[in-house]
Amino acid sequence: MTDPADLTLGEAAAELRSGSLSARELLDAVTARAANTEAQLHAFLTLDRDGARTAAEAADTAIAAGEDLGPLMGIPIAVKDNMCTRGIETTAGSKILSGYEPPYDATVVSRLRDAGAVIVGKTNLDEFAMGSSTENSAYGPTHNPWDTDRVPGGSSGGSAASVAVGSSIAALGSDTGGSIRQPASLCGIVGAKPTYGLVSRYGLIAFASSLDQIGPFARNVGDTATLLEVVAGFDIRDATSFRGARPDIAGGLTAGVAGVRVGMVKELMGDAIAPPVRAAVQRTIDLLDDAGAEIVEISMPSFDYALSAYYLIAPAECSANLARFDGVRYGLRVDGETTETMMGRSRAAGFGPEVSRRILLGTYALSAGYYDAFYGQAQRVRTLVRRDFAAAYEQADVLVSPTAPSTAFPIGAKTADPLEMYYQDICTIPLNLAGDPGMSVPVALDDDGLPIGFQVMAPALGEKVMFQVGAEVERLVAFDSRPALATSEVTLP
Amino acid sequence: MPVDIDIAKVAKLARLELSAEELERYGAQLGDILEHAERVQALPTEGVPPTSHPLPMTNAFRSDEVTGSLDRDDVLAAAPDADGPYFRVPKILGEEVEGDNG
Amino acid sequence: MTDEARVDWEAVIGIETHVELQTASKMFCGCPVSFGAPPNTTVCPVCLGLPGALPVPNEAAIEGILRIGAAFGCELVSYSEFHRKNYFYPDLPKNYQISQYDLPLCVNGSVEIETDESSSTIGITRVHMEEDTGKSLHVGEGGRIADADHSLLDFNRSGVPLVEIVSEPDIRSAAEARAYGSEIQRIVRSLGVSDARLEEGSMRFDANISVRRRGDEEFGTRTEVKNVNSLRSLQGAIAFEIERQVRVLEGGGSVVQETRHWNEATGVTASMRSKEESEDYRYFQEPDLVPLEVDDAWRERIVASLPELPSARRSRYRALGLDMINAGLLVDDAALGSLFDDAVAAGADPAATANRLTGEVVAYTRREGVGVSETALTADHLVELGTMVTEGDLSATAAKDVLAGVLAGEGMPRAVAEQRDLLQISDLGVIEAAVESVLAEHAEAVERMQGGDMKPVGFLVGQVMRATGGKADPKAVSELIRSRASSET
Repeated sequence: MTDPADLTLGEAAAELRSGSLSARELLDAVTARAANTEAQLHAFLTLDRDGARTAAEAADTAIAAGEDLGPLMGIPIAVKDNMCTRGIETTAGSKILSGYEPPYDATVVSRLRDAGAVIVGKTNLDEFAMGSSTENSAYGPTHNPWDTDRVPGGSSGGSAASVAVGSSIAALGSDTGGSIRQPASLCGIVGAKPTYGLVSRYGLIAFASSLDQIGPFARNVGDTATLLEVVAGFDIRDATSFRGARPDIAGGLTAGVAGVRVGMVKELMGDAIAPPVRAAVQRTIDLLDDAGAEIVEISMPSFDYALSAYYLIAPAECSANLARFDGVRYGLRVDGETTETMMGRSRAAGFGPEVSRRILLGTYALSAGYYDAFYGQAQRVRTLVRRDFAAAYEQADVLVSPTAPSTAFPIGAKTADPLEMYYQDICTIPLNLAGDPGMSVPVALDDDGLPIGFQVMAPALGEKVMFQVGAEVERLVAFDSRPALATSEVTLP
Repeated sequence: MPVDIDIAKVAKLARLELSAEELERYGAQLGDILEHAERVQALPTEGVPPTSHPLPMTNAFRSDEVTGSLDRDDVLAAAPDADGPYFRVPKILGEEVEGDNG
Repeated sequence: MTDEARVDWEAVIGIETHVELQTASKMFCGCPVSFGAPPNTTVCPVCLGLPGALPVPNEAAIEGILRIGAAFGCELVSYSEFHRKNYFYPDLPKNYQISQYDLPLCVNGSVEIETDESSSTIGITRVHMEEDTGKSLHVGEGGRIADADHSLLDFNRSGVPLVEIVSEPDIRSAAEARAYGSEIQRIVRSLGVSDARLEEGSMRFDANISVRRRGDEEFGTRTEVKNVNSLRSLQGAIAFEIERQVRVLEGGGSVVQETRHWNEATGVTASMRSKEESEDYRYFQEPDLVPLEVDDAWRERIVASLPELPSARRSRYRALGLDMINAGLLVDDAALGSLFDDAVAAGADPAATANRLTGEVVAYTRREGVGVSETALTADHLVELGTMVTEGDLSATAAKDVLAGVLAGEGMPRAVAEQRDLLQISDLGVIEAAVESVLAEHAEAVERMQGGDMKPVGFLVGQVMRATGGKADPKAVSELIRSRASSET
């Protein structure tokens, strides 16, 4: 019999309803998997054993009473530690929030609870979601379950690693420049960044407000859509929340790709992409072609400037968003003679180097005399990126590319040079600038046995066609590998 | 073109009390990043409006309703230092009044 | 010496006025706006700047600022944005203030002001929306920030909707500045968007002051006096600054551009040393909020919703024959003014009614410490009282007593007059009998009158009044006595 921790969300939900599996048994299996893997992975910062048990028991009681709490009833879900959970430590991977217990739940967390989910814990991340490897966590890095000497990607590396290894069935991450899609790619699972505004940001500890978006991770495309359906929708607490009717998300999962126009982005298939990744993406495009899709090559000239624009806009917003961490009302305080000194010391001691670097960069980009040349110009480039996307979607229904320029790299390989790390996001960043949805679907392993992700992009509110193409890619490539760590029996001493 | 940055001034604006070595290191790294970021200036953008927001939305309001506040004990529980019902901080420098020079 | 006495110099003054809006909830969250709540009890994740919290604008506050802008005749712009104003201060929870920068909601308005000497038009550059900060309490000897040992923070005020009204540098004297501040206060109150109480901080001023030689085109170097919290202080601080700057310049010195603090107790301004060499607020569009758009329909709805503004009311009252003082008092107290309007609409005499309201009624409300709307007085009372006096049923003195009875809730004026036995004797026969009897008793006085000496009239009227218990109409008595004196010659 399959270990319940290896069930997909859909399979687990069916078993829970049929009575062949209890929520408590499912939670126990997932908890056991965490116990067997956390020492090597460090996917979690906090495991909420009591809360999870209570939620699982509530699910079992509901099932016994014939009630249906919703699609996530009894499903163990992991939540990235930059989403507030009432009374459960929420650190955003930063020392400055060590021990901080929010007095409220993020909207997505409330929606998970309302849908019957069992929140198992809070996952590791690059501090304040700033990074592409989860090495910037103040609490130590997360390791890749396919090769624990390598990074899981980031910044939602903990969520991705947990879903990949089975210490949760699905998870939430956040994506500002690729922080869901890139770790999904590096961990061999599915991850989606929805249209900006589709999922409420209330309770998400902000990195860059105009770019941040919460999204789902799961082990297949359908499960990813299911989790997104639960958390998406208008929220009065977020003024940037989309006010229209929620778009169809899962309606095209079995529709195939016959007649769908698939645009291959030329600029994202160049020399910056590792050859095995390029080859795997090309093979996938060929499969789509065979399946009846119409393949078109599309040029997005502004993409060459997207990374530069992003590394001005995101730090500028973060420099203001992180100003509230000042040692006055919560979080770390380092004493000083005056409040000014106290603030300066608390912030210097509480933020790690990458966060400090971005705060300084953003402060500079916004300061008098430089605003127009840097921040203002970056915003104009953002307009050009949006125009490129708009033109592209005249010719194509979806765009495709690699998710990341390479497979998982060794821990420590890129920490010395910030710029080299920033290049990890070249394929994912343009979407965040545009606010459009995108997802990563695993399509192959490279020669080192490391997963390769395939990115599907769609116009704003085009989640339906994105998941439609994603599901067909999944069916065509039939990727069914699991990391060794998930399948090997590890017993702790 | 190397970017000239008064890193100490930037750190002060950002309220980060950094050591001399840290300032030097961050200054150099920022120089590298900004040199790369300067690429954005190469792109002709005359007449291109800036995008500050990805959503084509306006007038997102809430109605004027009181929806409640937090319990003060919960609020002050997170405070690094509190004094009775207040948050407490060291002496604030801010602005000082000098003697009359009128 | 007042600033007006300085003939060689001209002052150039611009004023920034902050007004807290009295909405039910705060600007960006659902915490109540309440003055005097226990510290840190009207706070939530949003106004405390907790991690993850997001602002959502209060529609009523936006309506409030648009009404203020419309009252100044501003253009209500079709497109506006919120910006973040970045600076670190412990009473500013996010360490940025959500404010407006280059795209405020209202621009290019004006306000008419009057002083004893002049009337003028002051331009309003802009009116924009922002959020208030928390409050810091400086603990230590003297309670002054410089001597404080530590500070305590209360965030109840954090996030209260704050409207900033920026004037053009059109104000030319301390007296004009006061008139300006006072008119802004009246307008804001007439709109019902704020009680604009300076003593409670729901309205406060920053003044920019410079002086130049009369006839010069160029502005002089300006100083800013911040956080002025009374009209008297506004006038005093500006008068002091004008004097000081003129003295500095006449002494061959130059004015330093700086922020100065007004000391209410000593009546002087003093330089404030700023820790930041130069402020760099790094304004940028608030990414947590979407832009604001005011369409024609909204704009028209706002303009249509405006009440009669103080300047229009003042003109209307003057046209009814009221003097400046009475007109001003009725404009300043909305309840008093509306009582006046109702009474006049129902037929009461404007001048007499205004005198009663601004005289006895205001004296009564001040003595009792209540508002006029909390008394029993209605427009019907004023109409009946006026009629009784004009018809001779009440003497002017008795009318005051009746009004006191009405204010005390004793009922309609006629009932009060009867109850208190204050009605004048309207039966001429009764008065004649009293006159006859008095004249009979004072034959020598009658003789003097017959001899052409009318001095005893006053004495005789007094005697008749005493005999009738003060209820005879003294005018009628006087006429009767005079006619008797002449008829018997």
